[in-house]
Amino acid sequence: MIDTFVEQFPILIVTTGVFSAFTILVSGIFSRKIGYYILLFVTAIHFMMSIAILNYVISFGRIHYWIGGWRPPWGIEYVVDHLNAYVLVVILFLSFLSVVFAKRSVEKEIDEKKHPTFYTVMQLLIAGCCGVVVTGDVFNLFVLAEVASLATYALIAIAGGKALRASFTYLILGSIAICFYLLGIGFLYAVTGTLNMIDMRLLLQNIYDNKMVQVAFALVVVGLGIKAAVFPLHTWQPDAYTYAPSAVTLIMSTVVAKTFVYALIRIVFSVFTVNFLQKYINAWELVSWLAAVTIIVGSILAFRQYNIKRMLAYSSIVNVAYIMLGISMFYSYWGLSGALANILNHAVAKGCAFAAIGAIIYKTGLKDVRYYSGLAKKMPYTCGAFLISALTLIGIPPLAGFVTKFYLMLGCLEVKNYTMLAVILLGSLLTLAYFWRVVEEMYFKSVEDENTHGNAEERFNEAPITMLAPTMLLAILCIALGIYWLTSIPLEIIDKMIASMGVILK
Amino acid sequence: MKEQKRDVIVEMTSKKILPIILTFGLYVMVGTEGAGGGFQGGCIIAAAFILYAVVFGIQKGRTKMPESWNTFFTSLGLYLYCGCGLLAIIASLFVAEFLNYSAFWPLTNLFGPYEARALQVEFVVEVGIGITVFAAFVSMFYDLAWKDEDEAEDDEEVMEC
Repeated sequence: MIDTFVEQFPILIVTTGVFSAFTILVSGIFSRKIGYYILLFVTAIHFMMSIAILNYVISFGRIHYWIGGWRPPWGIEYVVDHLNAYVLVVILFLSFLSVVFAKRSVEKEIDEKKHPTFYTVMQLLIAGCCGVVVTGDVFNLFVLAEVASLATYALIAIAGGKALRASFTYLILGSIAICFYLLGIGFLYAVTGTLNMIDMRLLLQNIYDNKMVQVAFALVVVGLGIKAAVFPLHTWQPDAYTYAPSAVTLIMSTVVAKTFVYALIRIVFSVFTVNFLQKYINAWELVSWLAAVTIIVGSILAFRQYNIKRMLAYSSIVNVAYIMLGISMFYSYWGLSGALANILNHAVAKGCAFAAIGAIIYKTGLKDVRYYSGLAKKMPYTCGAFLISALTLIGIPPLAGFVTKFYLMLGCLEVKNYTMLAVILLGSLLTLAYFWRVVEEMYFKSVEDENTHGNAEERFNEAPITMLAPTMLLAILCIALGIYWLTSIPLEIIDKMIASMGVILK
Repeated sequence: MKEQKRDVIVEMTSKKILPIILTFGLYVMVGTEGAGGGFQGGCIIAAAFILYAVVFGIQKGRTKMPESWNTFFTSLGLYLYCGCGLLAIIASLFVAEFLNYSAFWPLTNLFGPYEARALQVEFVVEVGIGITVFAAFVSMFYDLAWKDEDEAEDDEEVMEC
């Protein structure tokens, strides 16, 4: 009885998400305040459901859910295995924290008239992302990815001003991306006659030499690559992150980015298998070189930014490159583990950084790194959280970010690729350089006379509790996760994820 | 605000034609057997409201169909077609799948599984889709049309000053 109960959860997360989105819209007619609490409540429930799903998958194995009772090759199927369940928990946890964070930030940055619509769109975004993660059907993935993307465009544009241009750029590039993806699955449908992922994987096995399949693979990877902001397809991302409201930047950098990285991994490894990738190993050499260039160039570009949000946006591009580097070493155990671990590690660390910056912008309105002098005295907890997230992204042991780099380095040693090892080390050094600039401003520069003049009476001015609590929780998680990952190598769940993607373990 | 110039022929024709459009929209929505037609029927009904707003002025259209009603109808349609799918889960106590309409046992007991599915798709799901589409289209039309109206009012105020 309880088993079938949990098997309903993947679809319930998506449908009740949409339900609650439109309930928020209706509640806006009566009261503008109530929508936020509906969103908070529903996201909390969904997070608990996702934990139940993960627990169920670990104890009983994969969930296959046939929507409407139609059998898989014809009907839509939702499949949840270890990888899905893990990404679902990450996404819903960070959505929940973003929603907690959003309240005060949205009150300040957005007109009160727009609040119900804002929370409606935010709920649609969360539901769409969850849908992308739980679905086992390539066309359903396209539909839900569009729901999530359209919600993102609206959320960026809601701030007005320069955000409109950023949103429009993203709209154009995102639409092109989804067209590539749609064209790709169109080709695959023409060749195989099915849209179900598992079915397609079986049917594709014998026709890897078909030119149409190869073109479809390229189209799908480029399409999802634009959405996930993989270099050199990342051009929409710095503007979108910079001009969006703080809460939106937080949810985009963690939830949306990770969803599309997941979709990329899912299509590449579950629909096209490792056997397909091994036939075109030279192409993956190119991907790994692109990732290496991104790590260096992205870090240098981040170093040149004075706008803190833009700097963190470039840092996100670099971290997607780490994931791509891990994927390109798909034949090594450690490389792929590093890529999968980075989905969680980067979401937590970058979430913490963007939440801390959001709190600083909320309190002081400062976006330029050069004016952060002496901020640590004013906002000690927020700055402390930012310091921890910076150390995590640099990769200091035993923080979570170290695990990613440690795994990737082990992967490089495993396949004897010493150039990439050097690139990862150099990347860490450059990350240290651009984060140290901010930390130095915050902690070691004394406040200049002109700045003290205005804020003389406000010595201690910490962010409100609803913003501080998620930031601190993420900072604590950065430490706790690092220790957890390091003390429990080899990780059973990551082994199972890799096994479910068809990579043979030693 | 200035009195708009009225055109008797256009007004009379649309007054006669509006009920026919509405009936036709409803027919497209539920008149066919089985699935399909919800979106198209919703579009036709929305066209009737848009025609009304175009002919009689946006102010009158707004009083006939206020924005809050649009919001309400958009959600109501979704509640119908999404709730009908969820009803299968709830009625079967979490055994049947989402959208498995024949699991809604009161109708299945009366008409048999296939007839029950057809009835729910035809009279609940398609109507729900139709309502959402019609409300969303009217809302979009108002969003585009109101802007000009408000700006025009602002301009007039400026001129009066």
